[in-house]
Amino acid sequence: MIEGVSIQMILTFTTLLFFIGLYGFVTRTNLIGMLMSVELMLNSEAINFVAINMYLFPGKLEGGMFSLFILALAAAETALALAIILQVYKRTGSVDVKEVKELKY
Amino acid sequence: MTDFGYTLWIPLLPLISFILLGLFNRFFKEPGAGYIGMLSLGISWLLSIYTAWQYFFVWGPAEGKYEPVIPFKMHWITFGENLSIDMGILIDPISVMMIVVVTTVSFLVHIYSRGYMHGDEGFARFYAYLSLFSFSMLSLVLSVNLFQIYIFWELVGVSSFLLIGYYFVKPSAIAAAKKAFIVTRFADFFFLVGILMIGYYAGTLDIETLNNLSFIEKIITENQGIVFMGLSVLTWALILIFIGGAGKSAMFPLHIWLPDAMEGPTPVSALIHAATMVVAGVFLVARLFPLYYHVGDGFALRVVGVVGAFSALFAAVIALTQEDIKRVLAYSTMSQIGYMMMALGVSGFEGHEGLGYMAGMFHLFTHAMFKALLFLAAGVIIHAVHSNLMKDMGGLHKYLPVTSWTFLIAALAISGIPPLAGFYSKDEILHAAFEYSTVMWFVGFFVAGLTAFYMFRLYFRIFHNKKTEYAHPPKEDSKFMTAPLIILAVLTFFVGWVFTPFSQYVTPTREVFHYEIHWTSPLVWGSILIGLAGIGAAYFFYFKPTEYPQKVASAFGAGYKWAKNKFYMDELYMFVTKRIIFDKISRPAAWFDRNIVDGFMDSIGNTTVWISEKIKLIQSGRMQEYAIYFVYGVVILILIFYYYNY
Repeated sequence: MIEGVSIQMILTFTTLLFFIGLYGFVTRTNLIGMLMSVELMLNSEAINFVAINMYLFPGKLEGGMFSLFILALAAAETALALAIILQVYKRTGSVDVKEVKELKY
Repeated sequence: MTDFGYTLWIPLLPLISFILLGLFNRFFKEPGAGYIGMLSLGISWLLSIYTAWQYFFVWGPAEGKYEPVIPFKMHWITFGENLSIDMGILIDPISVMMIVVVTTVSFLVHIYSRGYMHGDEGFARFYAYLSLFSFSMLSLVLSVNLFQIYIFWELVGVSSFLLIGYYFVKPSAIAAAKKAFIVTRFADFFFLVGILMIGYYAGTLDIETLNNLSFIEKIITENQGIVFMGLSVLTWALILIFIGGAGKSAMFPLHIWLPDAMEGPTPVSALIHAATMVVAGVFLVARLFPLYYHVGDGFALRVVGVVGAFSALFAAVIALTQEDIKRVLAYSTMSQIGYMMMALGVSGFEGHEGLGYMAGMFHLFTHAMFKALLFLAAGVIIHAVHSNLMKDMGGLHKYLPVTSWTFLIAALAISGIPPLAGFYSKDEILHAAFEYSTVMWFVGFFVAGLTAFYMFRLYFRIFHNKKTEYAHPPKEDSKFMTAPLIILAVLTFFVGWVFTPFSQYVTPTREVFHYEIHWTSPLVWGSILIGLAGIGAAYFFYFKPTEYPQKVASAFGAGYKWAKNKFYMDELYMFVTKRIIFDKISRPAAWFDRNIVDGFMDSIGNTTVWISEKIKLIQSGRMQEYAIYFVYGVVILILIFYYYNY
């Protein structure tokens, strides 16, 4: 519970963050940029967990636990994604997602 | 109490021989394979004789009644409280009689084939098939369960198919094998339906239970309400079972396969198509005789009798006109089996009334001996002359003396001349038929005359008649072939009077009764005289080449032609199958299957392919499009949930 900050404000903030991430993911063609957008979306959710836990169930820890999980997952996912991006770079000479479209019908 | 456990080996030995010869076909050269077959059948034969001796003479009837023994029985598949498929061995008078018949003929045929098949490439294969057949037939007659009978029934059908088509490079043999298999299989379908009906309405397939009189009474009262076309369901089941038996036993109108089956090697004709397999139908009716007699006041049994009598007459008339000696014998077999069926059909049940049953079984027994002898003799003749047709023969008496004498004995036996085997059984059948109805008796009597005539037509035309010049003088060159002839001739000579009265052994109720031939009765004299008349007529026509046969044939004109072409039964079958079933039913059905059924299924497949061609473009490989679709999807879901919640 933070003085002067209502839950609506926090939720508005995280929603904005999420859609910024979504927008970035859809519009960026640079794979690194897309990865960063994904991180934005994940982090907005992590904040949601913490905030909702705090406002609705103060004194409990589940929300915090989940956000910790998300952090760990995000780290692992980033490592994996970066590895893939490196391979893509080796193969195509760029990190542009438009170059990677062999995986289709 | 004697232990009959060793009887298990009677069918098992031929099985072992079959497996050995069948699997290691290449390792057995010519004589070796034959000796393995002979050895296994020889031991089986000794065991069967021992069993018969034990059962009939040592163990004997207890208070005038033979008790059945089941030395071995196992449940194979259980369906219900009483309904199960069992495998086992049932020893009772008729099964003991049958194993003696089967092993005797089979053993002699094994010996004979050693000479007959000499130099044939498939020698070991031939013996393997013979063993397979002997195994199946022995297991069939020893069955404890109707379904066990059915299983081995099919197995004998298969071995018959394999043996008819033994010369598989000959198109006619292949066609004959297929014909035999399809016709008998068609009949077996009815047999199976009959078995299933018995299983459903009687609740058991166990033969001993089914033949229990109080059980029969129970199932009759339980099922009397279920009637189809005026006959109770059990009567229908028995008629269907009889159709199966008629198919195997070549009864009219399912007889068409038997004459063609003569394409097989002659020892096979002797074993399968004269002595053993073709009497399986008679055995089946005899096996279920209490049911046949009691259910529906014996309606099914009357059907058996009428079909038998008609087949006897029908086949005898055809046999008069045939030129191929094996075909004459085939029709004669059909006629004699018709006789046995007629004997069962006219039989009563209790005590002395069971004469017909006893006579039918006795005729089965004696017929197996003399008909096997006739076929084996025919085999020697064909081997020596290299032809099946009577016009290529004549005057063979001086070339083939042993064959000629043994053939004469068998021909006298089948004509019913005392003291040979055929007289006793045939006389008893005629006696039973006379007590039943005069018409039946007259049919039997007339057929007896025809039989004597066509058998002696055969005998005189082969061994006497004209003097044919042979390129190579025919001779009996193998002891293996003449020895079985002599043994069978001896058996034919004495089994008749030794086993009279046969009612000491085989009766419907298994209770022995006394019967003796009334030598003074006109019936007996009549049947001897008609036999002699037939022989006399044949002598008059055929002993020397004469003009009479042609004259008589042309006097009968169309009737002769009709009979010579086997009453056009084959053509009728061809008409029904080709013109009606194939053209009117099968072709439209095939068209429907190909165009409607297949077309429908194909169109389902084609539509799927077409749709997937169109929608696979969604999978473009551009990752961000996927993300957009995903987002759209989520948005739509949210809207749906929102709409339904508020």
